[in-house]
Amino acid sequence: MERLNPDMLNVRLGDLTLKNPVIPASGCFAFGHVMAQYYNLDCLGAISIKGTTLKPRFGNPLPRVAECSAGIINSVGLMNPGIDAVIADELPKLRKVYHGPIIANISGFSIEEYCECCDRIDGQEQVDIVELNVSCPNVHGGGMAFGTSEFNVAAVTRAVKRHTALPVYVKLSPNVTDIVSIAKAAEDAGADGLVCVNTFLGMRFDLKRRRPVVANTMGGFSGPAIFPMALRMVHQVSQAVGIPVIGCGGVMSADDVLEMMLAGAKAVEVGTANLIDPMACHDIIHNLPIAMKKYGFSSLNDLKPWNPA
Amino acid sequence: MKFKVIENTHHKGATWLMRLRGDTSSIKRPGQFVNLQIDGCFLRRPISVCDWDDSTLLLAYDVVGKGTEVMSKALPGQEFDILSGLGNGFDIDAGTSHPVLLGGGIGVAPLYGLAKRLLDKNIQPTAILGFNSADRVVMDRMFSDLGIETVVATVDGSQGTRGFVTDALRNTGIKADYFYACGPQPMMRALCRDMAIPGELSLETRMACGFGICACCAIHTSHGPAGVCKKGPVFKKEDIVWND
Repeated sequence: MERLNPDMLNVRLGDLTLKNPVIPASGCFAFGHVMAQYYNLDCLGAISIKGTTLKPRFGNPLPRVAECSAGIINSVGLMNPGIDAVIADELPKLRKVYHGPIIANISGFSIEEYCECCDRIDGQEQVDIVELNVSCPNVHGGGMAFGTSEFNVAAVTRAVKRHTALPVYVKLSPNVTDIVSIAKAAEDAGADGLVCVNTFLGMRFDLKRRRPVVANTMGGFSGPAIFPMALRMVHQVSQAVGIPVIGCGGVMSADDVLEMMLAGAKAVEVGTANLIDPMACHDIIHNLPIAMKKYGFSSLNDLKPWNPA
Repeated sequence: MKFKVIENTHHKGATWLMRLRGDTSSIKRPGQFVNLQIDGCFLRRPISVCDWDDSTLLLAYDVVGKGTEVMSKALPGQEFDILSGLGNGFDIDAGTSHPVLLGGGIGVAPLYGLAKRLLDKNIQPTAILGFNSADRVVMDRMFSDLGIETVVATVDGSQGTRGFVTDALRNTGIKADYFYACGPQPMMRALCRDMAIPGELSLETRMACGFGICACCAIHTSHGPAGVCKKGPVFKKEDIVWND
Protein backbone atom coordinates (compact mmCIF):
# COMPACT_ATOMS: atom_id res chain seq x y z
CA MET A 1 0.00 0.00 0.00
CA GLU A 2 1.36 3.34 -1.03
CA ARG A 3 1.89 5.69 1.91
CA LEU A 4 -0.07 8.87 1.79
CA ASN A 5 1.59 12.12 2.66
CA PRO A 6 -0.26 13.17 5.84
CA ASP A 7 -0.04 16.81 4.82
CA MET A 8 -1.34 16.31 1.31
CA LEU A 9 -4.79 17.67 2.26
CA ASN A 10 -3.47 20.70 4.17
CA VAL A 11 -4.42 24.12 2.87
CA ARG A 12 -3.60 27.61 4.05
CA LEU A 13 -5.99 30.48 4.60
CA GLY A 14 -3.66 33.38 5.30
CA ASP A 15 -1.80 32.47 8.51
CA LEU A 16 -4.20 29.67 9.34
CA THR A 17 -3.48 26.09 8.27
CA LEU A 18 -6.48 23.80 7.79
CA LYS A 19 -5.93 20.04 7.87
CA ASN A 20 -8.06 19.84 4.75
CA PRO A 21 -10.11 22.29 2.65
CA VAL A 22 -13.58 21.01 3.62
CA ILE A 23 -15.68 23.42 5.69
CA PRO A 24 -19.39 22.89 6.41
CA ALA A 25 -21.05 26.09 5.20
CA SER A 26 -22.95 28.47 7.43
CA GLY A 27 -26.63 27.63 7.75
CA CYS A 28 -26.16 24.01 6.72
CA PHE A 29 -24.56 22.69 9.90
CA ALA A 30 -26.38 24.64 12.65
CA PHE A 31 -23.84 25.36 15.39
CA GLY A 32 -22.07 22.10 14.65
CA HIS A 33 -22.48 20.20 17.92
CA VAL A 34 -25.71 18.47 16.79
CA MET A 35 -23.64 16.79 14.04
CA ALA A 36 -21.25 15.11 16.49
CA GLN A 37 -23.71 12.21 16.70
CA TYR A 38 -22.84 11.31 13.09
CA TYR A 39 -19.03 11.53 13.04
CA ASN A 40 -15.97 12.95 14.77
CA LEU A 41 -16.05 16.61 13.76
CA ASP A 42 -12.29 16.92 14.22
CA CYS A 43 -11.91 15.50 10.71
CA LEU A 44 -13.19 18.82 9.31
CA GLY A 45 -10.96 21.57 7.95
CA ALA A 46 -13.02 24.20 9.79
CA ILE A 47 -16.68 24.83 10.68
CA SER A 48 -18.65 27.90 9.65
CA ILE A 49 -21.39 28.32 12.22
CA LYS A 50 -24.98 29.43 11.63
CA GLY A 51 -25.37 33.07 10.63
CA THR A 52 -25.57 35.15 13.79
CA THR A 53 -27.11 38.54 14.42
CA LEU A 54 -26.96 40.88 17.40
CA LYS A 55 -30.50 40.03 18.57
CA PRO A 56 -32.26 36.65 18.46
CA ARG A 57 -34.26 36.09 15.28
CA PHE A 58 -37.03 33.58 14.64
CA GLY A 59 -36.74 34.14 10.90
CA ASN A 60 -39.40 33.91 8.22
CA PRO A 61 -42.81 32.20 8.31
CA LEU A 62 -43.15 28.56 7.22
CA PRO A 63 -42.87 26.92 4.72
CA ARG A 64 -39.23 27.86 4.42
CA VAL A 65 -38.08 25.31 1.89
CA ALA A 66 -38.94 24.43 -1.70
CA GLU A 67 -37.46 21.41 -3.40
CA CYS A 68 -35.98 21.83 -6.88
CA SER A 69 -34.64 19.26 -9.31
CA ALA A 70 -31.03 19.66 -8.19
CA GLY A 71 -31.19 21.78 -5.08
CA ILE A 72 -33.46 23.65 -2.73
CA ILE A 73 -34.77 27.14 -2.14
CA ASN A 74 -34.68 28.22 1.50
CA SER A 75 -36.16 31.27 3.15
CA VAL A 76 -35.08 30.59 6.72
CA GLY A 77 -34.26 34.25 7.27
CA LEU A 78 -31.28 34.09 9.61
CA MET A 79 -32.96 32.26 12.46
CA ASN A 80 -30.48 32.37 15.36
CA PRO A 81 -30.46 32.91 19.13
CA GLY A 82 -28.41 36.12 18.93
CA ILE A 83 -24.70 36.71 19.42
CA ASP A 84 -24.72 36.57 23.23
CA ALA A 85 -26.42 33.15 23.32
CA VAL A 86 -24.10 31.91 20.58
CA ILE A 87 -21.08 32.90 22.66
CA ALA A 88 -22.53 31.67 25.96
CA ASP A 89 -24.18 28.42 24.83
CA GLU A 90 -23.46 27.34 21.28
CA LEU A 91 -19.70 27.87 20.98
CA PRO A 92 -18.93 26.07 24.29
CA LYS A 93 -21.14 23.15 23.17
CA LEU A 94 -19.27 23.01 19.87
CA ARG A 95 -15.91 23.23 21.62
CA LYS A 96 -16.73 20.11 23.64
CA VAL A 97 -16.93 18.03 20.46
CA TYR A 98 -14.70 19.92 18.05
CA HIS A 99 -11.20 21.38 18.39
CA GLY A 100 -10.43 22.80 14.94
CA PRO A 101 -10.89 26.29 13.48
CA ILE A 102 -14.26 28.00 13.82
CA ILE A 103 -15.59 30.57 11.39
CA ALA A 104 -18.20 32.87 12.92
CA ASN A 105 -20.71 33.97 10.28
CA ILE A 106 -21.98 37.43 11.24
CA SER A 107 -25.00 39.19 9.78
CA GLY A 108 -26.50 42.55 10.43
CA PHE A 109 -29.08 45.08 9.43
CA SER A 110 -26.81 48.08 9.84
CA ILE A 111 -23.08 48.70 9.88
CA GLU A 112 -23.38 49.34 13.62
CA GLU A 113 -24.90 45.90 14.16
CA TYR A 114 -22.12 44.16 12.24
CA CYS A 115 -19.57 46.10 14.30
CA GLU A 116 -21.23 45.31 17.61
CA CYS A 117 -21.29 41.58 16.76
CA CYS A 118 -17.62 41.74 15.83
CA ASP A 119 -16.79 43.50 19.10
CA ARG A 120 -18.27 40.57 21.01
CA ILE A 121 -16.78 37.87 18.81
CA ASP A 122 -13.36 39.51 18.90
CA GLY A 123 -12.85 38.54 22.54
CA GLN A 124 -13.59 34.90 21.78
CA GLU A 125 -10.49 32.77 21.65
CA GLN A 126 -12.57 29.99 20.16
CA VAL A 127 -13.21 31.89 16.93
CA ASP A 128 -10.57 31.98 14.17
CA ILE A 129 -12.22 33.84 11.31
CA VAL A 130 -15.13 36.25 10.98
CA GLU A 131 -17.27 35.57 7.93
CA LEU A 132 -19.16 38.70 7.06
CA ASN A 133 -22.51 37.72 5.60
CA VAL A 134 -23.44 40.60 3.33
CA SER A 135 -25.40 38.33 1.05
CA CYS A 136 -28.35 36.67 2.77
CA PRO A 137 -31.23 36.98 0.30
CA ASN A 138 -33.87 36.30 2.92
CA VAL A 139 -33.96 39.36 5.11
CA HIS A 140 -35.89 42.32 3.81
CA GLY A 141 -33.74 45.39 3.43
CA GLY A 142 -30.97 43.53 5.20
CA GLY A 143 -27.87 41.67 4.14
CA MET A 144 -28.54 41.73 0.42
CA ALA A 145 -28.58 45.51 0.44
CA PHE A 146 -24.95 45.44 1.58
CA GLY A 147 -23.87 42.65 -0.72
CA THR A 148 -25.14 44.15 -3.95
CA SER A 149 -23.35 47.49 -3.70
CA GLU A 150 -19.60 48.06 -3.95
CA PHE A 151 -19.93 51.11 -1.73
CA ASN A 152 -21.79 49.26 1.04
CA VAL A 153 -19.56 46.17 0.95
CA ALA A 154 -16.53 48.42 1.27
CA ALA A 155 -18.13 50.45 4.06
CA VAL A 156 -19.14 47.48 6.20
CA THR A 157 -15.80 45.72 5.62
CA ARG A 158 -13.82 48.81 6.56
CA ALA A 159 -15.99 49.36 9.63
CA VAL A 160 -15.74 45.83 11.05
CA LYS A 161 -11.99 45.72 10.48
CA ARG A 162 -11.80 48.41 13.14
CA HIS A 163 -13.75 46.19 15.55
CA THR A 164 -11.92 42.90 15.30
CA ALA A 165 -8.37 41.69 15.02
CA LEU A 166 -9.62 38.40 13.55
CA PRO A 167 -9.28 37.79 9.82
CA VAL A 168 -12.43 39.04 8.09
CA TYR A 169 -13.76 37.05 5.11
CA VAL A 170 -16.59 38.67 3.17
CA LYS A 171 -19.21 36.23 1.87
CA LEU A 172 -20.29 37.57 -1.49
CA SER A 173 -23.72 37.54 -3.09
CA PRO A 174 -23.97 36.04 -6.58
CA ASN A 175 -27.06 38.15 -7.25
CA VAL A 176 -25.10 41.02 -8.77
CA THR A 177 -24.17 42.24 -12.23
CA ASP A 178 -20.43 42.16 -11.66
CA ILE A 179 -19.16 40.13 -8.72
CA VAL A 180 -15.54 41.00 -9.53
CA SER A 181 -16.00 44.69 -8.82
CA ILE A 182 -17.62 43.90 -5.46
CA ALA A 183 -14.85 41.44 -4.61
CA LYS A 184 -12.25 44.10 -5.39
CA ALA A 185 -14.14 46.64 -3.29
CA ALA A 186 -14.01 44.24 -0.32
CA GLU A 187 -10.31 43.60 -0.84
CA ASP A 188 -9.54 47.30 -1.10
CA ALA A 189 -11.51 47.92 2.10
CA GLY A 190 -9.27 45.50 3.99
CA ALA A 191 -10.98 42.11 3.72
CA ASP A 192 -8.57 39.28 4.55
CA GLY A 193 -10.42 36.84 2.30
CA LEU A 194 -13.64 36.18 0.42
CA VAL A 195 -16.25 33.44 0.42
CA CYS A 196 -17.65 32.96 -3.03
CA VAL A 197 -20.73 32.59 -3.11
CA ASN A 198 -23.97 32.71 -1.13
CA THR A 199 -27.30 31.47 -2.55
CA PHE A 200 -28.94 32.58 -5.78
CA LEU A 201 -32.31 34.29 -5.43
CA GLY A 202 -34.96 31.87 -6.66
CA MET A 203 -38.67 31.04 -6.58
CA ARG A 204 -41.06 28.11 -7.04
CA PHE A 205 -44.83 27.94 -7.33
CA ASP A 206 -47.11 25.36 -5.74
CA LEU A 207 -49.53 24.71 -8.62
CA LYS A 208 -52.20 23.20 -6.36
CA ARG A 209 -52.30 26.34 -4.22
CA ARG A 210 -51.39 28.76 -7.04
CA ARG A 211 -48.91 30.56 -4.81
CA PRO A 212 -45.18 30.50 -4.09
CA VAL A 213 -44.00 27.40 -2.23
CA VAL A 214 -42.08 29.36 0.39
CA ALA A 215 -44.13 31.74 2.49
CA ASN A 216 -41.60 34.53 1.92
CA THR A 217 -42.24 34.32 -1.88
CA MET A 218 -38.54 34.07 -2.81
CA GLY A 219 -35.55 32.42 -1.24
CA GLY A 220 -31.95 31.40 -1.71
CA PHE A 221 -31.33 28.64 -4.24
CA SER A 222 -28.53 26.21 -3.38
CA GLY A 223 -27.38 22.72 -4.22
CA PRO A 224 -25.58 21.06 -7.13
CA ALA A 225 -27.57 23.07 -9.69
CA ILE A 226 -25.60 26.22 -8.79
CA PHE A 227 -22.17 24.58 -8.84
CA PRO A 228 -21.19 25.70 -12.38
CA MET A 229 -22.21 29.29 -11.68
CA ALA A 230 -20.45 29.38 -8.31
CA LEU A 231 -17.36 27.82 -9.88
CA ARG A 232 -17.34 30.45 -12.61
CA MET A 233 -17.52 33.22 -10.00
CA VAL A 234 -14.73 31.65 -7.91
CA HIS A 235 -12.61 31.61 -11.06
CA GLN A 236 -13.37 35.23 -11.99
CA VAL A 237 -12.88 36.54 -8.47
CA SER A 238 -9.68 34.54 -7.84
CA GLN A 239 -8.17 35.97 -11.00
CA ALA A 240 -8.94 39.49 -9.83
CA VAL A 241 -7.94 39.55 -6.14
CA GLY A 242 -4.84 38.69 -4.13
CA ILE A 243 -6.60 37.53 -0.94
CA PRO A 244 -7.68 33.92 -0.33
CA VAL A 245 -11.02 32.85 -1.79
CA ILE A 246 -13.12 30.11 -0.19
CA GLY A 247 -15.28 28.42 -2.84
CA CYS A 248 -18.90 27.76 -1.95
CA GLY A 249 -21.92 26.67 -3.96
CA GLY A 250 -23.25 23.23 -4.84
CA VAL A 251 -20.21 21.20 -3.79
CA MET A 252 -21.30 17.57 -3.43
CA SER A 253 -18.13 15.50 -3.96
CA ALA A 254 -14.34 15.36 -3.70
CA ASP A 255 -14.18 16.00 -7.46
CA ASP A 256 -16.17 19.20 -6.93
CA VAL A 257 -13.64 20.29 -4.27
CA LEU A 258 -10.79 19.80 -6.74
CA GLU A 259 -12.66 21.76 -9.42
CA MET A 260 -13.21 24.62 -6.97
CA MET A 261 -9.49 24.62 -6.14
CA LEU A 262 -8.52 24.57 -9.81
CA ALA A 263 -10.78 27.61 -10.16
CA GLY A 264 -8.69 29.32 -7.49
CA ALA A 265 -10.35 28.45 -4.17
CA LYS A 266 -7.99 27.91 -1.22
CA ALA A 267 -10.68 26.05 0.72
CA VAL A 268 -14.22 24.94 0.02
CA GLU A 269 -17.48 25.27 1.93
CA VAL A 270 -20.02 22.47 1.64
CA GLY A 271 -23.60 23.46 2.37
CA THR A 272 -26.70 21.79 0.99
CA ALA A 273 -24.98 18.39 0.67
CA ASN A 274 -25.13 18.12 4.49
CA LEU A 275 -28.91 18.44 4.46
CA ILE A 276 -29.48 15.34 2.37
CA ASP A 277 -26.61 13.33 3.82
CA PRO A 278 -25.33 14.08 7.31
CA MET A 279 -22.10 12.24 6.42
CA ALA A 280 -21.45 14.44 3.36
CA CYS A 281 -18.41 16.38 4.63
CA HIS A 282 -16.93 13.29 6.28
CA ASP A 283 -17.28 11.30 3.06
CA ILE A 284 -15.89 14.10 0.87
CA ILE A 285 -12.79 14.29 3.09
CA HIS A 286 -12.46 10.51 2.97
CA ASN A 287 -12.70 10.56 -0.82
CA LEU A 288 -10.33 13.49 -1.39
CA PRO A 289 -7.05 11.50 -1.38
CA ILE A 290 -8.65 8.95 -3.71
CA ALA A 291 -9.74 11.67 -6.14
CA MET A 292 -6.33 13.37 -5.88
CA LYS A 293 -4.56 10.13 -6.74
CA LYS A 294 -6.93 9.53 -9.64
CA TYR A 295 -6.19 12.94 -11.16
CA GLY A 296 -2.54 13.14 -10.12
CA PHE A 297 -2.68 15.88 -7.49
CA SER A 298 0.07 15.32 -4.89
CA SER A 299 -0.72 18.18 -2.50
CA LEU A 300 -3.63 20.56 -2.21
CA ASN A 301 -1.52 23.39 -0.87
CA ASP A 302 0.69 23.21 -3.96
CA LEU A 303 -2.27 22.90 -6.31
CA LYS A 304 -1.85 25.52 -9.01
CA PRO A 305 -5.14 27.07 -10.09
CA TRP A 306 -5.81 26.96 -13.79
CA ASN A 307 -4.65 30.17 -15.38
CA PRO A 308 -6.02 31.09 -18.78
CA ALA A 309 -3.05 33.36 -19.54
CA MET B 1 -28.60 3.06 6.66
CA LYS B 2 -29.98 0.68 4.04
CA PHE B 3 -33.45 -0.80 4.48
CA LYS B 4 -34.88 -3.43 2.15
CA VAL B 5 -38.56 -3.49 1.19
CA ILE B 6 -40.31 -6.68 2.35
CA GLU B 7 -43.77 -5.69 1.18
CA ASN B 8 -45.36 -2.56 -0.19
CA THR B 9 -49.09 -2.85 -0.58
CA HIS B 10 -52.00 -0.60 -1.38
CA HIS B 11 -54.12 -0.25 1.75
CA LYS B 12 -57.06 1.95 0.76
CA GLY B 13 -57.60 5.22 -1.06
CA ALA B 14 -54.31 7.09 -1.19
CA THR B 15 -52.76 5.06 1.61
CA TRP B 16 -50.02 2.45 1.23
CA LEU B 17 -48.28 0.23 3.75
CA MET B 18 -44.58 -0.48 3.35
CA ARG B 19 -42.70 -2.93 5.52
CA LEU B 20 -38.91 -2.81 5.38
CA ARG B 21 -36.11 -4.83 6.92
CA GLY B 22 -33.14 -3.04 8.46
CA ASP B 23 -31.46 -1.82 11.63
CA THR B 24 -34.26 -0.31 13.73
CA SER B 25 -32.14 0.09 16.87
CA SER B 26 -32.25 3.89 16.75
CA ILE B 27 -36.05 3.93 17.03
CA LYS B 28 -36.73 4.38 20.73
CA ARG B 29 -40.27 5.73 20.89
CA PRO B 30 -43.49 5.72 18.89
CA GLY B 31 -43.98 9.01 17.04
CA GLN B 32 -40.42 9.22 15.79
CA PHE B 33 -39.89 9.40 12.05
CA VAL B 34 -37.55 8.24 9.33
CA ASN B 35 -36.23 10.19 6.34
CA LEU B 36 -36.09 8.27 3.07
CA GLN B 37 -33.89 9.01 0.10
CA ILE B 38 -36.04 8.69 -3.02
CA ASP B 39 -34.80 8.18 -6.56
CA GLY B 40 -35.33 11.37 -8.54
CA CYS B 41 -36.02 13.58 -5.52
CA PHE B 42 -33.38 15.94 -4.19
CA LEU B 43 -34.63 16.02 -0.61
CA ARG B 44 -35.43 13.02 1.57
CA ARG B 45 -39.05 12.33 2.51
CA PRO B 46 -39.88 12.34 6.23
CA ILE B 47 -42.41 9.61 7.11
CA SER B 48 -43.59 8.78 10.61
CA VAL B 49 -42.88 5.34 12.01
CA CYS B 50 -46.19 3.45 12.07
CA ASP B 51 -44.73 0.41 13.84
CA TRP B 52 -41.45 -1.40 14.28
CA ASP B 53 -39.81 -4.44 15.83
CA ASP B 54 -36.20 -5.59 16.20
CA SER B 55 -35.58 -5.86 12.49
CA THR B 56 -38.53 -4.44 10.57
CA LEU B 57 -40.11 -1.06 10.08
CA LEU B 58 -43.72 -0.38 9.03
CA LEU B 59 -44.59 2.85 7.24
CA ALA B 60 -48.12 3.96 6.40
CA TYR B 61 -48.05 6.76 3.85
CA ASP B 62 -50.39 8.64 1.58
CA VAL B 63 -49.40 9.14 -2.05
CA VAL B 64 -49.60 12.93 -2.25
CA GLY B 65 -46.75 13.91 -4.56
CA LYS B 66 -43.74 12.82 -6.55
CA GLY B 67 -41.80 11.29 -3.64
CA THR B 68 -44.60 9.14 -2.26
CA GLU B 69 -45.58 8.22 -5.83
CA VAL B 70 -42.08 6.78 -6.33
CA MET B 71 -42.35 5.02 -2.95
CA SER B 72 -45.61 3.36 -3.97
CA LYS B 73 -43.86 1.78 -6.98
CA ALA B 74 -41.12 0.14 -4.88
CA LEU B 75 -41.01 -3.64 -5.16
CA PRO B 76 -39.92 -6.17 -2.52
CA GLY B 77 -36.13 -6.38 -2.44
CA GLN B 78 -35.64 -2.72 -3.34
CA GLU B 79 -33.40 -0.77 -0.96
CA PHE B 80 -33.92 2.66 0.52
CA ASP B 81 -31.25 4.79 2.21
CA ILE B 82 -32.99 5.81 5.43
CA LEU B 83 -32.10 8.07 8.33
CA SER B 84 -33.89 6.31 11.16
CA GLY B 85 -35.02 7.17 14.68
CA LEU B 86 -35.40 10.91 14.04
CA GLY B 87 -37.29 13.25 16.38
CA ASN B 88 -38.37 12.75 19.97
CA GLY B 89 -41.61 10.71 19.81
CA PHE B 90 -44.50 10.24 22.23
CA ASP B 91 -43.94 9.84 25.97
CA ILE B 92 -45.56 6.55 26.95
CA ASP B 93 -44.53 7.20 30.55
CA ALA B 94 -46.69 10.29 30.85
CA GLY B 95 -48.38 8.62 33.82
CA THR B 96 -51.79 8.19 32.29
CA SER B 97 -54.25 5.39 33.08
CA HIS B 98 -56.69 5.91 30.23
CA PRO B 99 -55.39 7.92 27.27
CA VAL B 100 -57.27 8.69 24.10
CA LEU B 101 -55.53 8.61 20.74
CA LEU B 102 -56.79 11.31 18.37
CA GLY B 103 -55.80 10.80 14.77
CA GLY B 104 -56.68 12.74 11.64
CA GLY B 105 -56.20 11.28 8.16
CA ILE B 106 -52.82 9.62 7.66
CA GLY B 107 -51.91 11.13 11.05
CA VAL B 108 -53.37 7.94 12.53
CA ALA B 109 -50.18 6.12 11.45
CA PRO B 110 -47.85 6.83 14.40
CA LEU B 111 -50.73 6.32 16.84
CA TYR B 112 -50.81 2.65 15.82
CA GLY B 113 -47.28 1.99 17.09
CA LEU B 114 -48.09 4.11 20.13
CA ALA B 115 -51.20 2.01 20.90
CA LYS B 116 -49.11 -1.15 20.81
CA ARG B 117 -46.47 0.32 23.16
CA LEU B 118 -49.18 1.49 25.57
CA LEU B 119 -50.76 -1.99 25.55
CA ASP B 120 -47.30 -3.43 26.33
CA LYS B 121 -47.43 -1.32 29.49
CA ASN B 122 -50.95 -2.55 30.29
CA ILE B 123 -52.42 0.82 29.45
CA GLN B 124 -55.67 0.50 27.50
CA PRO B 125 -56.12 3.46 25.15
CA THR B 126 -59.18 4.42 23.13
CA ALA B 127 -58.57 5.39 19.52
CA ILE B 128 -60.69 8.05 17.84
CA LEU B 129 -59.79 8.22 14.18
CA GLY B 130 -61.09 11.15 12.15
CA PHE B 131 -61.43 11.41 8.38
CA ASN B 132 -63.29 13.57 5.89
CA SER B 133 -65.55 10.80 4.60
CA ALA B 134 -66.06 7.01 4.56
CA ASP B 135 -63.93 6.54 1.45
CA ARG B 136 -60.98 8.14 3.29
CA VAL B 137 -61.15 5.97 6.41
CA VAL B 138 -57.91 4.01 6.79
CA MET B 139 -56.31 1.64 9.30
CA ASP B 140 -59.43 1.47 11.53
CA ARG B 141 -59.40 -2.34 11.42
CA MET B 142 -55.72 -2.39 12.35
CA PHE B 143 -56.54 -0.43 15.50
CA SER B 144 -59.59 -2.51 16.44
CA ASP B 145 -57.60 -5.70 15.80
CA LEU B 146 -55.31 -4.61 18.64
CA GLY B 147 -58.31 -5.11 20.89
CA ILE B 148 -58.74 -1.46 21.78
CA GLU B 149 -61.91 0.57 21.60
CA THR B 150 -61.80 2.22 18.18
CA VAL B 151 -64.18 5.00 17.18
CA VAL B 152 -64.32 6.36 13.64
CA ALA B 153 -65.46 9.92 13.03
CA THR B 154 -66.13 11.43 9.61
CA VAL B 155 -66.75 15.08 8.91
CA ASP B 156 -69.67 14.27 6.59
CA GLY B 157 -71.05 11.49 8.77
CA SER B 158 -70.72 8.86 6.04
CA GLN B 159 -69.08 6.45 8.52
CA GLY B 160 -69.04 6.39 12.31
CA THR B 161 -69.93 9.51 14.24
CA ARG B 162 -70.49 12.78 12.37
CA GLY B 163 -68.04 15.61 12.90
CA PHE B 164 -64.53 15.95 14.23
CA VAL B 165 -62.68 13.72 16.69
CA THR B 166 -63.51 16.21 19.43
CA ASP B 167 -67.23 15.76 18.67
CA ALA B 168 -66.77 11.99 18.87
CA LEU B 169 -64.94 12.31 22.17
CA ARG B 170 -67.79 14.39 23.58
CA ASN B 171 -70.64 12.34 22.12
CA THR B 172 -69.31 8.93 23.10
CA GLY B 173 -68.73 10.03 26.67
CA ILE B 174 -65.24 8.48 26.75
CA LYS B 175 -63.49 9.44 29.96
CA ALA B 176 -59.82 10.02 29.17
CA ASP B 177 -57.16 11.56 31.37
CA TYR B 178 -54.57 12.23 28.64
CA PHE B 179 -54.49 12.57 24.87
CA TYR B 180 -52.00 11.76 22.15
CA ALA B 181 -52.72 13.34 18.76
CA CYS B 182 -51.45 13.46 15.22
CA GLY B 183 -53.17 14.99 12.22
CA PRO B 184 -53.41 18.03 9.98
CA GLN B 185 -52.36 21.36 11.43
CA PRO B 186 -55.87 22.89 11.78
CA MET B 187 -56.89 19.82 13.82
CA MET B 188 -53.78 20.10 16.02
CA ARG B 189 -54.49 23.77 16.58
CA ALA B 190 -58.12 23.05 17.50
CA LEU B 191 -57.08 20.32 19.94
CA CYS B 192 -54.63 22.63 21.70
CA ARG B 193 -57.48 25.13 22.08
CA ASP B 194 -60.29 22.75 23.02
CA MET B 195 -58.86 19.84 24.98
CA ALA B 196 -59.22 20.30 28.74
CA ILE B 197 -57.05 17.31 29.62
CA PRO B 198 -53.25 17.33 29.20
CA GLY B 199 -51.74 15.76 26.14
CA GLU B 200 -49.14 15.81 23.43
CA LEU B 201 -49.35 16.32 19.68
CA SER B 202 -47.24 15.38 16.71
CA LEU B 203 -46.82 18.23 14.23
CA GLU B 204 -46.10 18.12 10.54
CA THR B 205 -44.10 20.77 8.71
CA ARG B 206 -42.17 20.90 5.47
CA MET B 207 -38.62 19.84 6.32
CA ALA B 208 -35.33 19.92 4.49
CA CYS B 209 -32.78 17.96 6.57
CA GLY B 210 -34.94 16.27 9.24
CA PHE B 211 -32.13 16.14 11.81
CA GLY B 212 -31.81 19.66 13.13
CA ILE B 213 -29.33 21.64 11.06
CA CYS B 214 -31.24 23.69 8.47
CA ALA B 215 -33.86 25.51 10.58
CA CYS B 216 -36.51 25.11 7.88
CA CYS B 217 -39.14 23.56 10.17
CA ALA B 218 -38.96 25.84 13.19
CA ILE B 219 -42.03 26.75 15.25
CA HIS B 220 -42.59 28.92 18.29
CA THR B 221 -42.75 27.12 21.62
CA SER B 222 -43.02 28.32 25.19
CA HIS B 223 -39.32 27.45 25.49
CA GLY B 224 -38.40 29.53 22.45
CA PRO B 225 -38.02 28.59 18.79
CA ALA B 226 -37.71 24.86 18.16
CA GLY B 227 -37.19 22.68 15.12
CA VAL B 228 -40.10 20.28 14.62
CA CYS B 229 -37.63 17.67 13.34
CA LYS B 230 -35.35 17.73 16.38
CA LYS B 231 -37.27 19.06 19.41
CA GLY B 232 -40.47 17.53 17.98
CA PRO B 233 -42.33 16.32 16.08
CA VAL B 234 -44.18 15.61 19.34
CA PHE B 235 -44.80 18.57 21.64
CA LYS B 236 -46.77 18.90 24.85
CA LYS B 237 -50.03 20.78 24.34
CA GLU B 238 -48.97 23.70 26.51
CA ASP B 239 -45.57 24.05 24.80
CA ILE B 240 -46.87 24.92 21.34
CA VAL B 241 -47.36 28.63 20.68
CA TRP B 242 -49.87 29.15 17.87
CA ASN B 243 -49.56 32.52 16.19
CA ASP B 244 -53.05 33.43 15.10
